[in-house]
Amino acid sequence: MTISQPQTRGTTTAGASEATQQMTYGEAIRRALREEMLSDPRVFLMGEDIGIYGGAFGVTKGLLEEFGEERVRDTPISEQAIAGCAIGAALSGMRPVAEFQFSDFMTLAMDQIVNQGAKLRFMFGGKAQVPVVFRAPLGSGAGLAAQHSQSLEAWFAHVPGLKVALPSTPADAYGLLRAAIHEPNPVIFLEHKALYRVPGMVPVAACETPLGKAAVAREGKHLTIIALSIMVQRALAAAERLAKEGIEAEVIDPRTLRPLDEETLVASARKTGRVLIVHEAVLTGGFGGEIAARIAASEAFYYLDAPIIRLGGAEIPIPYQVELEKRAVPQEEDIFQAAHLLLQQKPA
Amino acid sequence: MFEQPPELPLAQSLSMLRTMYLIRAFEEKVDELFMRGEMHGTTHLSIGQEGTAVGAISALKSGDFITSTHRGHGHCIARGADIRLMMAELLGKETGYCRGRGGSMHIADVEMGNLGANGIVAGGMPIATGVGLSMKMQRRENICLCIFGDGAANEGAFHESINLAAIWDLPVVFLCENNQYGMSMSTRRAMRNETVAQRAAAYGIPGERVDGNNVLAIYAAVSAAVQRARTGQGPSLIEGLTYRYKGHAKSDQNLYRSRGEIREWQKRDPIQYFANLLISEGKLDQAGAKQEEAAAYAAVEEAYQFALSSPDPAPETLLEGVYA
Repeated sequence: MTISQPQTRGTTTAGASEATQQMTYGEAIRRALREEMLSDPRVFLMGEDIGIYGGAFGVTKGLLEEFGEERVRDTPISEQAIAGCAIGAALSGMRPVAEFQFSDFMTLAMDQIVNQGAKLRFMFGGKAQVPVVFRAPLGSGAGLAAQHSQSLEAWFAHVPGLKVALPSTPADAYGLLRAAIHEPNPVIFLEHKALYRVPGMVPVAACETPLGKAAVAREGKHLTIIALSIMVQRALAAAERLAKEGIEAEVIDPRTLRPLDEETLVASARKTGRVLIVHEAVLTGGFGGEIAARIAASEAFYYLDAPIIRLGGAEIPIPYQVELEKRAVPQEEDIFQAAHLLLQQKPA
Repeated sequence: MFEQPPELPLAQSLSMLRTMYLIRAFEEKVDELFMRGEMHGTTHLSIGQEGTAVGAISALKSGDFITSTHRGHGHCIARGADIRLMMAELLGKETGYCRGRGGSMHIADVEMGNLGANGIVAGGMPIATGVGLSMKMQRRENICLCIFGDGAANEGAFHESINLAAIWDLPVVFLCENNQYGMSMSTRRAMRNETVAQRAAAYGIPGERVDGNNVLAIYAAVSAAVQRARTGQGPSLIEGLTYRYKGHAKSDQNLYRSRGEIREWQKRDPIQYFANLLISEGKLDQAGAKQEEAAAYAAVEEAYQFALSSPDPAPETLLEGVYA
């Protein structure tokens, strides 16, 4: 798997100074948690093995020592109770950040997330708030097979009442998480497990990345690649190769699926006339279908020179064996090839 | 196991009886409106279960929370809800508690600490645990009364929630309103345990079954559990054995139980029992009881008129209230 260095993005950080520092995606998440806990006593963490163990991916390492057991709460293996407990605490004055060890395990908590957290405000006539963040790692690439590698972001994006964020860089992991914790609504915060150790530049000053604002990760004019989560990194690597051939790909990272920054997606599609959508989730019911539909239903339709291409996971559970696992989801080479295919299409 | 509660002042006894009458009157009106086709959707009536609702919720103080169930009108009224706003909600009016968006199954009164009826069996249980955690972390003396039915006792959420509350000593009182049927499934068919309360042992917390049709027994048991919760001694599980006279919902033909069984339980009516007790103690006379009962029906009629005269939600407000 190839992961390129994330690029600096002009639109990423509102009100930040120029100074940046290098840190990994995982460290950036920890930094956001730490700063929020320092600035707001209502913020606390709960989840499986997040204390002394530091979380399955080490994201919360050191926070127990700094903030103590009351605010860094190890829970039993009870996903439904974790979700519901966080929702109840949010309803009554706290700002919980609950961690699911793997996003696959959120299926055990779907009643609380979908039927309760997402709907309470609406069902109560707008008279309640549920400021809760559910963090969870998604995606394949770690050899963890079918029950620890899924990308279920479209499930959550389907539910009014939830917001869904998928950071692809350390800077966004930091900025989006800070925004998510400030949100008065439930946010599903999906971290790609293969990105945790990837470094990138993050502003030194505290800042947040607004939910609902896409990033233009790379500017280009020949085609638009709209990529989610880790696919942004692969799309950037493919764009680098395409550039050597004189092809300028624009890479767009929606960053949040709900709310979705349709304006930025449509503007880019209109500009380049060719759209490739890439995500790790399977295509059937995948969020790429939603993005394609939004573009096709917009004014960008009249500017398209080719049918939209979607690239997604194979229609199978994620396999264990290393080569099969790679083949199950789009790689840099697949994106590179798909871009060429898209460029070969001629308008009728 | 639990200590004796303080002797109830007369005013509070009368207030409890009044609330029970009000719940009965409200539910009967709702039943009538459904029969007449004036209400749509579905509803779950708590006629026969007034003792549990009123006994338990009378043990709370201001600032405490409750989570309720799909059969939640009684809890809502006992928690001090304005029945005019409840009736307006059931009739889908803008003046209703949830602006007509929630209906019978989602009435909430967040300001009064009522975190809502819940359309998902056991759905409120993990949330109640979270409220308990919140109170504990905020160093507030308030507690959460988590009301659920016998059906919820077989959901995974029951296990996860009580265990979490137990290990963290959270100020939560779990109250199982055992009306003996989860829709058509009797508790005898749904569990091997004799009582739901026995399951408390599995979590290392106190558990007790009491007569749910004896409002004072429920009041006593819940008061003691509330006291434990407030003083940092953690959660308890109380089971009130009661009975619903009406079907599960309006589709119910009562095929799973006999008329005789229903009649037997009607002889142990919680309101009749409490009114007779107060009369026998000389705290109330027959005329006084009749008067209280009539006042409840009059209040419900007034609530109905209020709801009827309220506006429907404006169509252009359809999208409101999803996000804060």
